[in-house]
Amino acid sequence: MGNLTIEYKLNISIVLLLLAIPAIALMLDEPFYITLATKVVILALAGVGLNLALGLGGLISFGHAAFFGIGGYIAGILASHSLNAELMFTLAGTEFDGTTNMLVIWPLALLVSALVAVFIGYFSLRTKGVYFIMITLAFAQMIYYFAIAWPAYGGEDGLSIYVRNQFMGLNTLDPMIFYGICFTLLMSVLLLVSKLKNSHFGSALQAARQNEQRLAAVGIRPFGIKLTAFVISAMITALAGALFADLNRFVSPDMLSWHTSGEIMIFVILGGVGRLFGPVVGAGLFILFEYYLGGLTEHWALFLGLVLLAVVLFARGGLVGLIAGEVKHD
Amino acid sequence: MTAILLFEQLLNGLQFGMMLFLMSAGLTLVFGVMGLINLAHGVLYMVGAFACAIIAGLTGSFWLGLLASLIVAAMAGALIEVGVIRKLYQRDHLDQVLATYALILIFSGATRWLFGAFPLYLDVPQILSTPVNLFGLLDYSSYRLFIIGIGITVALGLYFLIAKTRLGMRIRAGASDREMIAALGVDIRTLYTLVFALGAALAGLAGALLGAVQSVEVGMGDSVLILAFVVIVIGGIGSIKGAFIGALLVGLVDTMGRFLLPYLFALVLPPDTAASIGGALSSVAIYILMAVILIVKPKGLIAANG
Repeated sequence: MGNLTIEYKLNISIVLLLLAIPAIALMLDEPFYITLATKVVILALAGVGLNLALGLGGLISFGHAAFFGIGGYIAGILASHSLNAELMFTLAGTEFDGTTNMLVIWPLALLVSALVAVFIGYFSLRTKGVYFIMITLAFAQMIYYFAIAWPAYGGEDGLSIYVRNQFMGLNTLDPMIFYGICFTLLMSVLLLVSKLKNSHFGSALQAARQNEQRLAAVGIRPFGIKLTAFVISAMITALAGALFADLNRFVSPDMLSWHTSGEIMIFVILGGVGRLFGPVVGAGLFILFEYYLGGLTEHWALFLGLVLLAVVLFARGGLVGLIAGEVKHD
Repeated sequence: MTAILLFEQLLNGLQFGMMLFLMSAGLTLVFGVMGLINLAHGVLYMVGAFACAIIAGLTGSFWLGLLASLIVAAMAGALIEVGVIRKLYQRDHLDQVLATYALILIFSGATRWLFGAFPLYLDVPQILSTPVNLFGLLDYSSYRLFIIGIGITVALGLYFLIAKTRLGMRIRAGASDREMIAALGVDIRTLYTLVFALGAALAGLAGALLGAVQSVEVGMGDSVLILAFVVIVIGGIGSIKGAFIGALLVGLVDTMGRFLLPYLFALVLPPDTAASIGGALSSVAIYILMAVILIVKPKGLIAANG
């Protein structure tokens, strides 16, 4: 149990650090750090989503960019309709308008991504191993190329959101307030995931990763468990996508590309697969890398590659694993 | 739309399919024999194209460039295998995906560092630059015909190598039971390096051939890599025959889809809508094909190794 307490202490320090960042940024007179931290928090959220499927369920999805992008496009499309005062669509005589209200955008992003994830998951989970990796990639590519080829919402050029969407009358354009919103969401989702992990569902999911036959033998169908995990995982990543679109006030097919899927996977791996705070650490490292090395050399991706290679070859538990030691009773 | 136009598109699809075959043959061999997912295969395509462009630029000969693409890509492949890939055979697929993704970052970054972000110049050789007349019906690019010819030659060569030679016998044996073949005294490590280098050389060749009609630049291998994965998943991972069938299928469906779908939609929809729906659908056609095939046959058309 000693190692677990180290991980627990580490998690607490991360939360405190994230809480302190706005104050540190103001003290250093570098308000840009808040935006940087917001990016970390949002990308971490996307990673937390993937980590649920990948870390706990062993479902190596190489297509989570699809859900990240869907969340982004929901935010972008709703906002653009609202700002241009165009009708979204008419269904059974009822007219649907766009909106700039985050409290409408988020549930819709969750709903749409859940529906898409049920569809993708239902078919993908019939395959295993490398085929699962490839079919999730294929579905994501489908959506990516569709977004490029479909001209209504900007096609290849993407879609701008001119004013950041609204949240309960707060000034969301204030970096501090937007950071607060993202931070609160991340913490809530982390709490939810830690509850899930220790629930019956979480145990069943981890059992599905370790030994499907045994799980089936005690009377639980692995398929339903894995599909549920896949869908929840997709919804979390889509929520992150909606926030990311709002952060940049821009969505483009880039959010849907397979590089994005790779990057979300990198957050999870750099931090430590299956660790609650792994994606937070991973996303933090990634952004630090991008920002500092990117400032020094335009070839920062080369060094990121070297670090990633070293982590995969020599530090298999990720950074959290290095600090907190290996998980017992895996 | 005339029959001649349709024929021309069919040839284009065939040429695209042959290029995809060159790319996917190595990918599927490496998976079949070593059980490894190699995302860095697209990097070797890029390396081949750069080698060809540089040597062709220095010597003025496209053919020397083509030879260089084979040699340099094979050497790069062997280097990657010995340096990194070798450590991944015993790992799970996740580690393989990540480590080879890291290789993409490293190689793309290094290439951009060395050669800059601008595309290099590579031209179609003089002798193949004029179209040939086919059956008095249409003028068709002789260079594209040349690519089709290379594809068929490589396919036959690979068939001969795998089915008829001692090396091929070892490769097949390595794919079905690696412990057994090692116990029989075959140097499995060298065999793996050889197979990897062979796949790399073919990817490099594909990159050089296509570099002359598209642009030679960093990142050129990315989209081709994904297509090659679609091909081998459709064909059945590990099967060369499957890769050949899958490559032709993907090449033809993609090319014909882009050509025909807008026409078909125009029959029932106004031209504007038809063009955008047709365009959007045709760009995802091969992914739909892949999903449908995997749903019907979860291990691809031709399941390798029994």
